[in-house]
Amino acid sequence: MNRNKALGHIYSINGPVVKGLNLSESHMREMVLVGHQKRIGEIIGIKDEEAIIQVYEDTDGLMLGEPIEGTGEPLSLYLGPGMVGNIFDGIGRPLSRFEGDRVNTGYGLLTIDRKAPWEVTFCVDMGSKLRAGECFARVQETKLITHALLVPIGIEGEVIFCAKEGVYTAEDILIRLLDDKGREHPLTLMQKWPVRTPRPVNERLRLYKPLITGQRILDVFFPIAKGGTAAIPGGFGTGKTMTQHQLAKWSDADLIIYIGCGERGNEMTDVLEEFPKIVDPKSGHRLIERTILIANTSNMPVAAREASIYTGITMAEYFRDMGYHVAIMADSTSRWAEALREISGRLEEMPAEEGYPAYLSYRLAEFYERAGYVETLSHQEGSITIIGAVSPAGGDFSEPVTENTKRYINVFLALDRKLAYARHYPAINWLASYSGYLNTLGKWYETNVAEDVFLLRGKMMRLLQEESKLLDIVQLVGEDVLPDDQRLVLEIARIFKIGFLQQNAMHPEDTFVPLNKQYQMLGAIWHLYVRANACLSKGIPLSNVRSSELFDRHIKMKYDIPNDFSNAFNQLKDDVDAFYDVLLERYHVT
Amino acid sequence: MNRDYLKIDKIEGPLIFIKGIREARFGDLVEVRLTTGNRLGKIIKLENEMAIIQVFEGTSGIGTYNATVRFIGEPMTIRLSKNILGRTFNGLGKPIDGGGEIYSPHEVDVNSAPINPIARQYPRDMIETGISSIDTLMTLIRGQKLPIFSGNGLPHKELAAQIVSQARLLNDSKDDFAVCFVAIGVTKDEGGYFIDRLVESGAMGHSVLFINYADDPIAERLSTPRCALAAAEYLAFEENMHVLVVMTDVTNYCEALREISSAKEEVPSRKGYPGYLYSDLALLYERAGVLKAHHGSITFLPILTMPNDDITHPIPDLTGYITEGQIVLSRELSNRDFLPPVNILPSLSRLMKDGIGEGYTREDHPALFNQLFSSYSKVLEVRSLAQIIGESDLSPLDQAYMAFGRLFEDQFIAQGFNTRRSIIESLNLGWTLLSKLPPEAMDRLDDEMIKRYHRYVKPA
Repeated sequence: MNRNKALGHIYSINGPVVKGLNLSESHMREMVLVGHQKRIGEIIGIKDEEAIIQVYEDTDGLMLGEPIEGTGEPLSLYLGPGMVGNIFDGIGRPLSRFEGDRVNTGYGLLTIDRKAPWEVTFCVDMGSKLRAGECFARVQETKLITHALLVPIGIEGEVIFCAKEGVYTAEDILIRLLDDKGREHPLTLMQKWPVRTPRPVNERLRLYKPLITGQRILDVFFPIAKGGTAAIPGGFGTGKTMTQHQLAKWSDADLIIYIGCGERGNEMTDVLEEFPKIVDPKSGHRLIERTILIANTSNMPVAAREASIYTGITMAEYFRDMGYHVAIMADSTSRWAEALREISGRLEEMPAEEGYPAYLSYRLAEFYERAGYVETLSHQEGSITIIGAVSPAGGDFSEPVTENTKRYINVFLALDRKLAYARHYPAINWLASYSGYLNTLGKWYETNVAEDVFLLRGKMMRLLQEESKLLDIVQLVGEDVLPDDQRLVLEIARIFKIGFLQQNAMHPEDTFVPLNKQYQMLGAIWHLYVRANACLSKGIPLSNVRSSELFDRHIKMKYDIPNDFSNAFNQLKDDVDAFYDVLLERYHVT
Repeated sequence: MNRDYLKIDKIEGPLIFIKGIREARFGDLVEVRLTTGNRLGKIIKLENEMAIIQVFEGTSGIGTYNATVRFIGEPMTIRLSKNILGRTFNGLGKPIDGGGEIYSPHEVDVNSAPINPIARQYPRDMIETGISSIDTLMTLIRGQKLPIFSGNGLPHKELAAQIVSQARLLNDSKDDFAVCFVAIGVTKDEGGYFIDRLVESGAMGHSVLFINYADDPIAERLSTPRCALAAAEYLAFEENMHVLVVMTDVTNYCEALREISSAKEEVPSRKGYPGYLYSDLALLYERAGVLKAHHGSITFLPILTMPNDDITHPIPDLTGYITEGQIVLSRELSNRDFLPPVNILPSLSRLMKDGIGEGYTREDHPALFNQLFSSYSKVLEVRSLAQIIGESDLSPLDQAYMAFGRLFEDQFIAQGFNTRRSIIESLNLGWTLLSKLPPEAMDRLDDEMIKRYHRYVKPA
């Protein structure tokens, strides 16, 4: 028997946690095959002869005494062409390769189709020296993704064999490298990487570019940087998944990895049915051609939920290393934390807050720290942006997962049940949310959008703050008692909330709005406020300053003014100016 | 493997503990043989050659030496055929209506493997319940799981009975339709009410009932929904029927889960419920759906009573995270006798966006839906203001909102438990009510919609 491969047997089964005996040869985080059906598991604890294993498949039907076989390797993914547009389970097995309607046990470690043919073009010559992370060949995986085949980490050497351009399958040898020590390394289309280990990079760079999402409240108010981290907490029904779907559809990342972690089966089906139909306006190709889905629905095995996050981020790092900007949507990280809690409970570990294990915070940190804007080993720029949904129990943000997540993320998008009840979508509460990237991205916005975007943002924020204070008063005494200038604040805030902050994901024009239109809309509403307010200060009563026609046009400009607006905003501005000029003249004040 | 064990080492609540087990399969059934009769149990934990067994019919009468425990070596199964329709079973799938056993070659494991998301078909067909508030504002879709969040004493059973007797599919209504009624820990009266209503509405012939009464053993509460859902899956995916599963009361199920978890001495999480409550509920709820390869469907309407009407309690909270929306009942509306007391604002159907509008219900449905929500939420704001400054001091627009609110509750929500309205009738009623508000209050409608449907008459 191989020294590294232990062979033990089951002596205890408790839900997804199995204990095996005679496994002293095994090591922590080793992948093991449990039982006759070879269900996949991972060693998460060792005591003398005994090993504790979390099993990534259903444990029903396992018997005491069934064998446990070590593999000598940590839980790993096979990475290679064929991943984009595909859907995987929590440990990276393509769901299309399960037979029948259900995810049954006993399939072992399925990988992407090894028989699929790929057209390979090489970018190295005989004799060239290659180092780890450098590209030796390319495959056009989808219309949007060119899959660069990289020299696996830990391997380097001189090319002593290079196959001819042509069509190859996963296990064909493409090139051979000879290293200093005289060892030969045959390289194929596929490589393996342990999911829990971050892939190395050359250097971490400073963040400077935003992830443009086309969602007004995000791009203007709470921008996310490429390579940054964001959390979207919200109780059920507040639109987390909807927001995540919008980001997956419209953000300007090269590749989207969508992790459905402990969520609904139909949501994954929705993405699977919808994404092949939606055409990305920028590239003209279907969205599925830049999307990878990972599904561990709420009824799939809980241990695989814990792994799904790592599977997703490992795939992201692999594509980042090719020089892509990858965005990960993890929906929801709370389910992942609960999976940790469930396993921890079964291990009878001492619980910390609300039953979660004490290492929850560290695990969250480990995950979010794998985001970043980097220079890859082959000196390209690439990034991973993580956007994690959080499902706080009872919608209460003071629970441990939200609290601990807040410590490691920079953009906090608080979803609000009240807004959702009023069908104000996206239900992101502008007073409770924040973005830590305003300074980082300021320069980019100045050069690429306009100098005063964030200036206007700040002014509008103050107006919204004031509105919230005024609303408290209105709740008590009614709107009529407020002076005109304060009532104007309420009016403008209303226009801004309906016309700008609310965004209709179902509307073909409004679902994605380019940055310059967002800026123009912000500017238009602020201009309206400035002109109206100036009239009030000259003593003109609000009833005359308030033009329902003009106000209405600002509310509906998101629908009425197309995304390639040309002159429409100037026209609107001129009309506002004309209206107030006339008004001022009528009152003989100029 | 059929090995008999003569000594039980420990008995605690519904659990028995047996040591010295060498061969046993996790999840398998065991038979506990007593002189008074046999009982069934399930292996829920295997630890150091000790098996922990949950006995479905309860442990009373079992001693350490008076019982023989036989390991059957098979998971829990039930036999199913189309003859289950019209029959009543207990939580173990045994008939309790005096009729004979079901004989069928078709024997299935009550726990089914999770549905592969790629085998699912996204649900899009509306089920018309005949209730305006639900059809218009939280449309039920075939294959959806949509729970009713209720409270003790609220008329959820009347609402469920109304849905069962009125529900029909908008399209191809020729398809076979079946009701699977699951009662967990209900009182005999409550169970009797449902049976009576099913008989009255003529639905009994295509219904199958699984009932675990309040005084039946706790452990059976866990097997009841599993047996019932296995039956529903059989009817939907083998017999190609559209099955509506009504399950009451999820809260009793969760209580049973907590009781057994604490007997197993597991580490509790929120409010003493086990950490796997979410996964366990998901195993039930996610069995609803439509599959590409089969004609039938399972639509799931679980009912749960929120302890202390608290929607943030773990049971409704976790349920809401798994299900595709919720119908929330309001004690306030119920007290004011607005029945069925559907609380509009917190209620939601996640699947309706793809099942309404042109080609499904009517082109104006999405717009009307948005506007009704928006206007009604404004009504509640105005009401809280009116409580402070008095209704007479409100602005004319706010007074119009007050009037709209009263009519909306009186006519739209309070249609009673015996009225059936088609979706078209409900939509028209919605527009009639919205027409009490001036066009400038229609903030969610475009001009086209206002022109076509909004008929504002300025009050004299």
